[in-house]
Amino acid sequence: MSTADLPAHMRPERSFQGLILALQRFWADQGCVILQPYDMEVGAGTFHPATTLRALGPKPWRAAYVQPSRRPKDGRYGENPNRLQHYYQFQVILKPSPPDIQDLYLASLAAIGIDRKLHDIRFVEDDWESPTLGAWGLGWECWCDGMEVSQFTYFQQVAGFECAPVSGELTYGLERLAMYVQGVDRVFDLNFNGREGADKVTYGDVFLQAEQEYSRHNFEFADTAMLFEQFRMAEAACRKYIADGWAQGGKVHLMALPAYDQAIKASHVFNLLDARGVISVTERQSYILRVRELAKVCGEAWLKTEGGGPSRGG
Amino acid sequence: MPDLLLELFSEEIPARMQGRAAEDLKAIVTGKLVDAGLVYEGARAFATPRRLALTVQGVPARQPDLKEEKKGPRVGSPEKAIEGFLKSAGLSSIEEATIQRDPKKGDFYLALIERPGRPAIDVLAEILPVVVRTFPWPKSMRWGEGRLTWVRPLHSIVATFGPETEEPAVVPFQVEGIAAGRMTRGHRFLASGPIEVRHFDDYADKLARAKVVLDPERRKETILADAKNLAFAQGFELVEDKALLDEVAGLVEWPVVLMGAFDREFLSIPPEVIRTTIRNNQKCFVLRDPQSAQLVDKFILVSNIEAPDGGRAIVAGNERVIRARLADAKFFYETDLKTRLEERLPKFEHIVFHEKLGTQAERIARLERLALELAPRVGADVETVRRAARLAKADLLTEVVGEFPELQGLMGRYYAEAQGEDEAVAHALEDHYKPKGPDDLVPSDPVAIAVALADKLDALVGFWSIDEKPTGSKDPYALRRAALGVIRIVLDNALRLSLVPIFARTLSREASLDLLSFFADRLKVQLREQGARHDLVDAVFALQSQDDLVLIVRRVEALGQFLDTDDGKNLLAGYKRAANILRIEEKRDSTSFTGEPDRTLYAQTEERALAGAIDVAKREAAAAVAAEDFAAAMRVMAQLRPHVDAFFDKVTVNTDDKAVRANRLRLLNEIRAATLAVADFSRIEG
Repeated sequence: MSTADLPAHMRPERSFQGLILALQRFWADQGCVILQPYDMEVGAGTFHPATTLRALGPKPWRAAYVQPSRRPKDGRYGENPNRLQHYYQFQVILKPSPPDIQDLYLASLAAIGIDRKLHDIRFVEDDWESPTLGAWGLGWECWCDGMEVSQFTYFQQVAGFECAPVSGELTYGLERLAMYVQGVDRVFDLNFNGREGADKVTYGDVFLQAEQEYSRHNFEFADTAMLFEQFRMAEAACRKYIADGWAQGGKVHLMALPAYDQAIKASHVFNLLDARGVISVTERQSYILRVRELAKVCGEAWLKTEGGGPSRGG
Repeated sequence: MPDLLLELFSEEIPARMQGRAAEDLKAIVTGKLVDAGLVYEGARAFATPRRLALTVQGVPARQPDLKEEKKGPRVGSPEKAIEGFLKSAGLSSIEEATIQRDPKKGDFYLALIERPGRPAIDVLAEILPVVVRTFPWPKSMRWGEGRLTWVRPLHSIVATFGPETEEPAVVPFQVEGIAAGRMTRGHRFLASGPIEVRHFDDYADKLARAKVVLDPERRKETILADAKNLAFAQGFELVEDKALLDEVAGLVEWPVVLMGAFDREFLSIPPEVIRTTIRNNQKCFVLRDPQSAQLVDKFILVSNIEAPDGGRAIVAGNERVIRARLADAKFFYETDLKTRLEERLPKFEHIVFHEKLGTQAERIARLERLALELAPRVGADVETVRRAARLAKADLLTEVVGEFPELQGLMGRYYAEAQGEDEAVAHALEDHYKPKGPDDLVPSDPVAIAVALADKLDALVGFWSIDEKPTGSKDPYALRRAALGVIRIVLDNALRLSLVPIFARTLSREASLDLLSFFADRLKVQLREQGARHDLVDAVFALQSQDDLVLIVRRVEALGQFLDTDDGKNLLAGYKRAANILRIEEKRDSTSFTGEPDRTLYAQTEERALAGAIDVAKREAAAAVAAEDFAAAMRVMAQLRPHVDAFFDKVTVNTDDKAVRANRLRLLNEIRAATLAVADFSRIEG
């Protein structure tokens, strides 16, 4: 559907929510399940179990969703025009990666009003690695007129396990993309709801206060003693649920998802501690390894579940 | 003769890998052709973001026929041996073999194997899939449900083979379901539909029409020429950047050069920050005013498409991104300026420099101590050095350096200047990292020298103390560069410095000497690059306790000049003769002829003359060396020459009189001993 057919307030080039809805519609048409954000704090859309865990195992899977992403260290008290400690990613996962995945991606840009005859779209090398997830893949940053608007990754390994089949992951940085199509230089000036005049709600109206408050929290006030304790608790809980979830002598696992939640929790708490500057360089490495170990045992468990195991009758 | 055209068409190949991949493709395919007896006339390889292409011209249509005799077992050998022979020679019965008569060892079987050469296209059909499956990408990946690995998903293969005048055949092979054919694609956005190609010329033409410039060199030429013209037309000058040009040429199949602008207010940011921001993040070139050499508020971008609006939207988009990037950089820079460098130092107490070498704060304290010790020896003011050493690493904690680590040092200088530090301090903050490479400048200001030497020597001594030395190609802490840096700073500034005492404060005697020999190796490389003979460097280093780099180099120079003269050459010849005789006689007698010769045993005038000359030479050479006048020491040595010559002319060493013989050998040993005043002549070649 051409964006011109949409009512003005729904057009991706005028409305932040319109952009999100256009992407959802596009990927729904490609057979993706359109999920809602995961209800936990994560650093990126990749952490959603619909990506991390579903990328493991042989079963086909196609999903798309918005994921609020928290990067405590990137907060700038709302003073920087581009940096946020909380922002949105639009995440698409296609497993196995289809042969025309690049064309699909380009078509999705067309769906939000980016004309490839007018704009310079580039696939620039980007090797992706998540040390905390024990994951890596190869792909690109996707550039539109010099702006990185998406990341495109072929997952090779997740949680230390080889991905077979390989998933293709697309991550759109929604604020950047919206700033681009709306022609706005400051993220807080984005038109959120596509209305004008008194009815217009900007990104700043929704999030500026939050950026200021969370920056204060992340850098100055987050209770580090409590966070250290929370890290230990999440780590212990993850290990406990993994241990308790094994059944039929290790053939089946029954609690991979709740255990994985605790791994996500530990990862976020670590990010907060890191932002507070209370983790030294050497300690940092050991915390990352501890989270990776959690991701690994969760991945191992997931492969013995209904969702991650071999196809029935296969 | 037929030509091969091969194209491997994939999703976007990282720019930095393209050149090497094209070379590898050429080397591997042609190597395998030659191994198969197919000697070709020429080959060229190309790469674009989406394809590797190879043309091999003048490949013979068939392999040459192969004739080979294979020797078998003796006639009447056991059944097993005969069977094995038949199998290995490809015969069906022993009647097919001939019998070779051999009256001495017994008759044996001989198989005449004739292998007719196979058609080249069949050989190619075997070679090419192997090349694809085993291609040496630095990093490769799987995709979809397949097992094939390639740098990014491989989509299609063109492989045609045939004489130029004829319709070529498709080389029949397939890799994981991708069958070779004659179809490819043009530019991702500017061309539509598949293209059918035949020979290389046809292929390159059709690609050009489909908006793909196949040859990366041509893409580079276009970009460079267009960028220069565009800049010139507006009265600017392109700041050339070869590495960036290489990269950009690997990001586009159809380069279109455009110019954009940014707000003048950003020119208040240091130019290096502007350039790094625009270059690293946006892969764009910056421009300068040809008169003032200052950056201007313009940049050059290279687009991959020709847009119907003349690139207006593309320029506008790039300008917006660059504005945001520069706004970031400006924000970082201005934020940094709010904190004085010394206020950042306490943070170093919590940052680990190296697990076994403590925190950054400890490292800075060591650096400071060493710099203070060096200060008087390099003629630097102690308090200025103290200040510079203390602040040397402070910029590592700034936002700009966090964003662009390659600007470390430089930013320190900017921030030091901004907070009103002494000029010498500010420059030392930048220059103490130098020289960073063979083309980099060497610090010459005494304060910078003291801090630069301390920085490098502390790192070397530190890593030696925990036994983290460079091995083979592994040098994670860039210690080779550090040692070479010390050498260049010391030599360029003619600094008189004994290295071992500096090492020995932290290191054991053994480790100190090990580190010194590391310096010797680096110095050898350095001097060799300047044309000095490596054996002369060895000859000087072989002397005891040589750890003053300036003296070592002066000795090597003087020695080189001396050996270029007739006196030098002859003395060396005389030395070698003496050393040879000694070696043989010492081996024969299993003893060594050291110690003072007995003057009462001299029987001939030449002996006495030589002994006298050696005494004089020893004394005068020692004095000259003590005065560091190596040329004079060499001149003293030269005076030995006629006496050595005369000795060998007139005196027979191996006389029957054992005592006289031993005495003469001791005299020869004195020649060896005397020359040790200037160099170990045994290390000199020729």
